Amino acid sequence: MNSRIGYIAFNTFREAVRDRVLYNLIAFALLLSGAAILVGEISIDIERLVVVNLGLTAVSLFGVVIAIFIGIGLVSKEIDKRTLYTVLSRPVRRWEFVVGKFFGLTGTLVVNTFLMAIGVFLALLYVAHRFEKMDVWVLVALYFIVLQFLIVCALALFFSSFSTPLMSAVFTFALFVIGNLAEDLRGFAKITQGVGGWIATAIAYLVPNFSALNVISQVAHGDAVPGRLILYNSVYTLLYSAMAISGAVLIFQRRNLK
Amino acid sequence: MRMIATRRVNLVATSVLLFSMAGGMATLSAIDHLRRGSVAQEALYLRSSKVLRRMSLGYTGLLADIYWTRAVQYFGEQHHSGSGDFRLLAPLLEVTTELDPRLVPAYQFGANFLAPKPPNGAGLPGAALSLMKYGIEHNPDQWRLYYNLGFLYYTEFKDFAKAADVFAQGAKLPVTNEFMPILAARMAQHAGEFDTARMLWFTTYQSTKEARIRQNAVDHLLALQVDEDVTRLEQVVEKYHQQTGRFPAGMGDLERAGFIHGTPADPKGRPYKLTRDGRIEVQDPKSIFFITKGLPPGATPPQPPRENPPASK
Repeated sequence: MNSRIGYIAFNTFREAVRDRVLYNLIAFALLLSGAAILVGEISIDIERLVVVNLGLTAVSLFGVVIAIFIGIGLVSKEIDKRTLYTVLSRPVRRWEFVVGKFFGLTGTLVVNTFLMAIGVFLALLYVAHRFEKMDVWVLVALYFIVLQFLIVCALALFFSSFSTPLMSAVFTFALFVIGNLAEDLRGFAKITQGVGGWIATAIAYLVPNFSALNVISQVAHGDAVPGRLILYNSVYTLLYSAMAISGAVLIFQRRNLK
Repeated sequence: MRMIATRRVNLVATSVLLFSMAGGMATLSAIDHLRRGSVAQEALYLRSSKVLRRMSLGYTGLLADIYWTRAVQYFGEQHHSGSGDFRLLAPLLEVTTELDPRLVPAYQFGANFLAPKPPNGAGLPGAALSLMKYGIEHNPDQWRLYYNLGFLYYTEFKDFAKAADVFAQGAKLPVTNEFMPILAARMAQHAGEFDTARMLWFTTYQSTKEARIRQNAVDHLLALQVDEDVTRLEQVVEKYHQQTGRFPAGMGDLERAGFIHGTPADPKGRPYKLTRDGRIEVQDPKSIFFITKGLPPGATPPQPPRENPPASK
């Protein structure tokens, strides 16, 4: 990574931390410790399942919310505060700015996820009193959640490169919802004939497939995640994020910033 | 002067905050009181698991856990109130298991909530049967589910052939319980009622870590001991009656005649009573739950006190 991208990424991370983004960890810790302690009292025999399901769902949703709300402001905030002009007046290219912002935000989310993962494993230790072999798959689910963040960050950045923050948030969240229903969309495309079928298939393949990145229920039951799925999901995320970031760069290159 | 004004604002704001908080909670409590019954039942209640699955955005595991907890709470609340109205229990369990077909505790304990007659359950053995069959269909490698289905056939339907078949299927699994093949054989022979029941309750005790279910199994094991003791002692009294033409005046008569050794006592250590008409009774009928024998004439089998939710089987 070139050093200019590194600087922009580091500053984006620093700014997010200064904006108290990591405060969400307090809410997460309270939620998880509360669930770990309470669930044994109010339910039967699902302590471990709740810790994994609730923990990973919270990691995912908290992260997606952060990715959307920070991602949509990455460009517009710099324009509003006029700091973008200072940055671009230096030997920094527009594409470097976009890519640096992307890495900065994903870096913030990786750190956030890492700290939350420690919380999930501590809660697991609390309810099960020991770690088991199947807990390894929880790490894989966390990795998939990070992949999910990469796509959401890329999409938020893409929309924010040409739209207002509010509309960018709406577009990104809508794609997150549609992406989680990708399997249904594909099923719908299969049963639709003619031009409608073609359009439905095109949409089904164009929207991000978040359902393939969600293995929370599976790992909660201790099921293994196939190595091939890990590989394909990694490649898919890389390609999809690259596609969205490239789109953002192309639009931002042509954008009139005056 | 300015500091005094700031302090005054702080004081007023704090007072309003505390008052509003307390008032809000009190009002909410009054609203809950007004809508008691409907609130708890309608909350989280959506019948279509397909709709729920889509609404959950893929986070179905957590939703299933919430529905299962809701089912446990609902059963506990209805059991505790003694209303006997469990109409939402089966749909709640259905939604739970359709959202997460691999949630084994929902089948295991759900069937135990559904099958027994009120007040100990919903009195819906048919629904329990469907739930267990759905559970086995989706978790064919879980011996506990075969055990629970066999238990259901034995206790609720008295269908020994089907119970034997299900226990035998469970016994063939790579990971199973040592009692499964024995239970299958006993069911097939339809023999040794007390021993079979004891083995079933012992397996129930062994197969769960849940304290309430374990206590329930212990209570049933103690009750079985009393039922068996009373049956055996009454047979002895009958034999004595046939030999001497009169009922024994006390346990001493039976001991002197060589029928028993020492004074027989119930599992709590209290000696059994021998009545004038040759019946055996426990000294404190309320101390051992679920007993069907050794009770004074007209007494009903004692039940454990109703618990706060989540309730035991």
